[in-house]
Amino acid sequence: MPDPLIVAHALTKRFGGFVAVDGIDFVIAPGEAFGFLGPNGAGKSSTMRMIGCVSPVSGGTLRVLGMDPAADGAQIRRRLGVVPQEDNLDTELTVWDNLMIYGRYFDLPRAEIRRRAEELLEFVQLSDRRDSRVDPLSGGMKRRLTIARALINQPEVLLLDEPTTGLDPQARHMLWERLYRLKQDGVTLVLTTHYMDEAEQLCDRLVIMDGGRIVAEGSPRELVATHATREVVELRFARAADQSDALARVRALAPRVEAVADRLLVYTDDGDATAAAIAGDGVGAASVFVRRASLEDVFLILTGRTLED
Amino acid sequence: MNARANLFRVLPPLTQRQRPWRLVERNVLAYRRTWVVFLSGFLEPVLFLLSIGIGVGKLVGKVPFDGHEVDYKMYVAPGLLAAAAMNGSLLDTTFNFFVKFKYSHTYDAILATPLGTGDVATGEVVWALMRGAIYSTAFLVTMLLFGLVASWWAVLVVPVAVLIGFAFAGAGLAATTFMRSWVDFDYVTLALIPLFLFSGTFFPVSQYPAGLQAIIRLTPLYQGVVLERSLVLGAVHPILLVHVVYLGVMGAIGLRVAERRIGRLLQP
Amino acid sequence: MSTPPVIRVVEREARVFSRLWRGTVFSTLVAPVLFLAAMGLGLGGLVDAHTGKVDGLTYLQYVAPGLMVASAMQIAANEAMWPVLGAVKWVKNFHATVATSITPGELAVGYVLWIVIRSLAASAVFLLVAALLGAVPSAWGVLAIPVAALCAAAFSAPLSAYSIRLDSDISFPVIMRVGVLPLFLFSGTFFPISQLPTWLQPLAVVSPLWNAVELARAATTGTFHLGADILHVAVLVVCLTAGLLWGRRTFTRRLTS
Repeated sequence: MPDPLIVAHALTKRFGGFVAVDGIDFVIAPGEAFGFLGPNGAGKSSTMRMIGCVSPVSGGTLRVLGMDPAADGAQIRRRLGVVPQEDNLDTELTVWDNLMIYGRYFDLPRAEIRRRAEELLEFVQLSDRRDSRVDPLSGGMKRRLTIARALINQPEVLLLDEPTTGLDPQARHMLWERLYRLKQDGVTLVLTTHYMDEAEQLCDRLVIMDGGRIVAEGSPRELVATHATREVVELRFARAADQSDALARVRALAPRVEAVADRLLVYTDDGDATAAAIAGDGVGAASVFVRRASLEDVFLILTGRTLED
Repeated sequence: MNARANLFRVLPPLTQRQRPWRLVERNVLAYRRTWVVFLSGFLEPVLFLLSIGIGVGKLVGKVPFDGHEVDYKMYVAPGLLAAAAMNGSLLDTTFNFFVKFKYSHTYDAILATPLGTGDVATGEVVWALMRGAIYSTAFLVTMLLFGLVASWWAVLVVPVAVLIGFAFAGAGLAATTFMRSWVDFDYVTLALIPLFLFSGTFFPVSQYPAGLQAIIRLTPLYQGVVLERSLVLGAVHPILLVHVVYLGVMGAIGLRVAERRIGRLLQP
Repeated sequence: MSTPPVIRVVEREARVFSRLWRGTVFSTLVAPVLFLAAMGLGLGGLVDAHTGKVDGLTYLQYVAPGLMVASAMQIAANEAMWPVLGAVKWVKNFHATVATSITPGELAVGYVLWIVIRSLAASAVFLLVAALLGAVPSAWGVLAIPVAALCAAAFSAPLSAYSIRLDSDISFPVIMRVGVLPLFLFSGTFFPISQLPTWLQPLAVVSPLWNAVELARAATTGTFHLGADILHVAVLVVCLTAGLLWGRRTFTRRLTS
């Protein structure tokens, strides 16, 4: 394995008495798409901000591109691109000026910035909006502009914090497609998300975070294989009382059962067989649905909560 | 990655000294679109000059200064210049800075680049001083056109205006690092308005009872007002250096305090 | 009998204000008094020594009514610009209000009414302090308070009607410097408009602030001229009415989708 790009050991972040990140370890290799998956408040953004060298580390060690953020923050940031959770575009400037001035923060020559800005606007399909102010743009357009801006310095690592939150499905898919192209160009992607489909689609490897800790790591497929079963039978009941009645009986029929608000999730390697067994046992489910297990199930099994919590 | 990108990485990083200027560049770019707002900032002291200086001046006649009597409008104009230098600088480093930081999140994006919190603070101060220099030059020209400049010492008017701006930029930035929310800005107005009204800007401090006079002489804008007035009217004595030192020290202390606290404010 | 919609708007603003009022004490209550002290007493000393009486008054008595209505205008301008834009763009509370049974037109009126109420406290405090300083020779001076309220209304109606149409606050500082500030400085507040160049005087006469200043000064000095005073009131009422009518249109357009 080539030299890791980012290494964290016992990484901790404290805000006063509150521990946002509680001693986590991870390694990110060059060229991969690495994800931090977890619900809101898991400590993902705080971790990203530490990697981005904009938030001081409270404990443990962190090495980004071989350097220490505390000592060489500016140097590291030169080679990073950041797409934050909340758009922080410069509302007093036009689309074009946003890109131009950002390039200047990296001390790039103006001619070079102009060249790159043209290409980037093409890449994110905003060329026709170059003279528009930021305010009138839609959420998806602002996000695309933020990505274009994050690429102005041709970073080796692109940090994306919840990149598709708040976007409509079409915008999401467009964004994934762009990110996939970047990955093919050799850019290392580090992203946080609480969407399991995003994690599954984009990430080569990911860690699952909850309450400031890492509860699992691996590729999406490995995680599902290790921590969940192959398939899940979803049982919905007409009334909540029926669900609690059925719980004990279903438990006897499958290795693992989780109860969430409106359904029972029965984990098994053979969904159809288990569904048949449940029906045969006389459990009166209103609807039965068999599907493959996902990262959402991994999270549920490991923490007892859903990602949407 | 292509070779061109590698070239830019091998070059030495931005020097410490150059970084704040990027922020100035950003502000210039922003104002290029809203130059009407920029221009209108120049109006305030001119309007006061016309109204109070000339309008009320007719009612006031002459005012004692440095042993002789001067026309009221010649008395007030340098006071307005000093006040304008204070105003612009203070508002840039408190109000405007706070809005950019807390509501527009403009600085968050900038801090993800090689620029650091120190560069942001320095850049905004440099910008405030540049704006102050432009406005005070324009006002000085206005004063010349109205025949209100009596001495060649007035060439120092703009540098002194920048010094006044420096003093209040330091104080303003330091104050901003203590602000938690919008409500705290009333404290800035709390300081600004009495300073504006009572620092010998509009009438000599001799109008005050003796005890109050002593207090006024210690306040920051008074230093600037005395300096500008003495330069414009040609009453230059070595004692003026005391005022220069006062303003310089005020700015330096303010910036030191701001420097240490700004990191925690912008990046908790 | 339920509360009239306009009053409900006022209630909402009052409730929010009750949490935030501390941040406004200085700029609305103390600052005008400081202006009075500086101009009326400080500058006043110089004026009285040189010119004697201005229009038959000490300078302190001359500026007091002007400063009073000017600060009512200031409050009106501040409350009718940024907060109104904020209420439809950033905080969006106006959208919430019209989702109830309150119509945009009623909201427009209610908001102006609230600003007027806000200015009343400031005017009363100012008048009290001015009277204590000897700036109000006549007991009729109490009438200056409704004059200030009318002035606040005459400014807040058109300004709020204007602000609600906007997309950005970029014109606000320009309005303050090119509109509000010149009005403040040249409407007979600090010196009689007879001193202005002749070509400017008609402009001053149509300025709502000048009319308010004349009215307030008539009240504080007890020297009324029926014909002229009716005209002054008329100008202010016209501004107020035009503003409210315009506001009904712009509020409705902005707040109905």
